[in-house]
Amino acid sequence: MSNFENTAYNFAYLDEQTKRMIRRALLKAVAIPGYQVPFASREMPMPYGWGTGGIQVTAAVIGPEDVLKVIDQGSDDTTNAVSIRNFFQKTTNVETTEETAKASLIQTRHRIPETPLTDGQILVYQVPIPEPLRFLEPRETETRKMHALEEYGLMHVKLYEDISRHGDIATTYAYPVNVAGRYVMDPSPTPKFDNPKMNNMPALQLFGAGREKRIYAIPPYTEVVSLDFEDYPFTIQKWEEPCALCGETESFLDEVILDDAGGRMFVCSDSHYCKSRQEQGHSGSQSPDAEKASREVAE
Amino acid sequence: MAMNSLLSVENLTVKYGDRVGCRNVGFDLFPGEVLGVVGESGSGKSTLLNAVSGQLPPHSGRVSYKTRLNDRCDIYGMTEPERRFLMRTDWAFVHQNPRDGLRMSVSAGANIGERLMGVGWRHYGEIREAGLNWLEKVEIDDDRVDDLPSTFSGGMLQRLQIARNLVSKPRLVFMDEPTGGLDVSVQARLLDLLRGLVSDLGLSVMIVTHDLAVARLLSHRLMVMQGGQVVESGLTDQVLDDPQHPYSQLLVSSILQV
Ligand SMILES: [Zn+2]
Repeated sequence: MSNFENTAYNFAYLDEQTKRMIRRALLKAVAIPGYQVPFASREMPMPYGWGTGGIQVTAAVIGPEDVLKVIDQGSDDTTNAVSIRNFFQKTTNVETTEETAKASLIQTRHRIPETPLTDGQILVYQVPIPEPLRFLEPRETETRKMHALEEYGLMHVKLYEDISRHGDIATTYAYPVNVAGRYVMDPSPTPKFDNPKMNNMPALQLFGAGREKRIYAIPPYTEVVSLDFEDYPFTIQKWEEPCALCGETESFLDEVILDDAGGRMFVCSDSHYCKSRQEQGHSGSQSPDAEKASREVAE
Repeated sequence: MAMNSLLSVENLTVKYGDRVGCRNVGFDLFPGEVLGVVGESGSGKSTLLNAVSGQLPPHSGRVSYKTRLNDRCDIYGMTEPERRFLMRTDWAFVHQNPRDGLRMSVSAGANIGERLMGVGWRHYGEIREAGLNWLEKVEIDDDRVDDLPSTFSGGMLQRLQIARNLVSKPRLVFMDEPTGGLDVSVQARLLDLLRGLVSDLGLSVMIVTHDLAVARLLSHRLMVMQGGQVVESGLTDQVLDDPQHPYSQLLVSSILQV
């Protein structure tokens, strides 16, 4: 497994010519923050829903010295994350990690790690639908023109509609942002909780949409602003309770069903972050120690 | 071209391959004036409307418009961003089928608010307030503000399209058979409403219709088109009561027979 078994494949699976093509698209994307650059997306040995856009971007930028982390919904252990990690382990033999700070390259679906990213790191997002205006304008010729001419009124029509229907901006995922004061961008289906992390992030953020054949990017330290109204300002999700395992109050929580009787708890969606906090001695209401402690008190 | 005109059209010719859509059409439209264009289908009146309203580049000729800053600009000489901006702020276009002019997937309030958001309005409460005001002006109950247009009747849809267009306080409105496809009683109400809005807001209007009754009710001046050319023009009452050109006479007599 750790051997470079598949010598029939090129390093990182894609041939060098394809990687150069993708790198050219990436350079253009970095030069025009938030702009969707078309690229000739290749067939990958997995179905589209599995993040083939992100995988191609990762394959184009990964080098033998890189340390790779792959997360799906914040977790390193889902089938999707494990398959992509295995794929790159097999085709590049690079070191992999679950530790955010140790990774030089992180491929993600649906989350930005809770541990702040730093200079020199690269975050690659898997994107299903890159076009933020598609919700109201299905014609691509028209959305392209709207981007070119900076006609973004339609984006606020969507937010207006949210407030009219739900009393508040109900968009919680793929919440539109303005990048570097110019292009409006869909941050992929990350929760809006993660939007503020994109603003002035020291790491380079790259986005790949395989089926839609688009690449876009946010260079390090770029202004990213979530769209809103003056009287309905952008806010992030909040939970009433801390993480049940590590007691964190500032992280994005997932609801976990415990039993058939409706028992449930909220825990950090960033599994590695939660684990390392527990290792540092933090605990929550459902921590093994806390349970034991409360049982002892009860007895 | 008259100095004080809002819109001036000179020698406008549109061709579809070898076929002529309209030929050598020229007219001036003055502030507050309603110009009717009548003719049968295929007479070139829709081609003319599209070419004048910036949506169909002509083969030759010129369309110029006097902006709020008082400069006269060539509609097809300006950049596309400038033209698109003009079309969604200072101009308006009312389609015969309101579904072509509305976003059917968002509420009435969002439909009215779109132009405001497009020019930078960012206060939800103010945008909604403007929507409510405009619903009242076009006689739609304000409790429909959050409803989807698909729940509206044909007459209401057309009134909503008008509100969506007029909210940006345009100075020039193009209308393509705005009462077409509506029941007679609904038509009458819409015409009343249009006439009131046009005079209250001092709008300049170019309206294309095959319905001479609509033309008589709304327009100050009339152009009669046949085979891509203007065969007669003048004050509406003059043209309809005393048509000079044989084709105008035929048009008027055929409406009289109805
Ligand atoms: Zn936790």
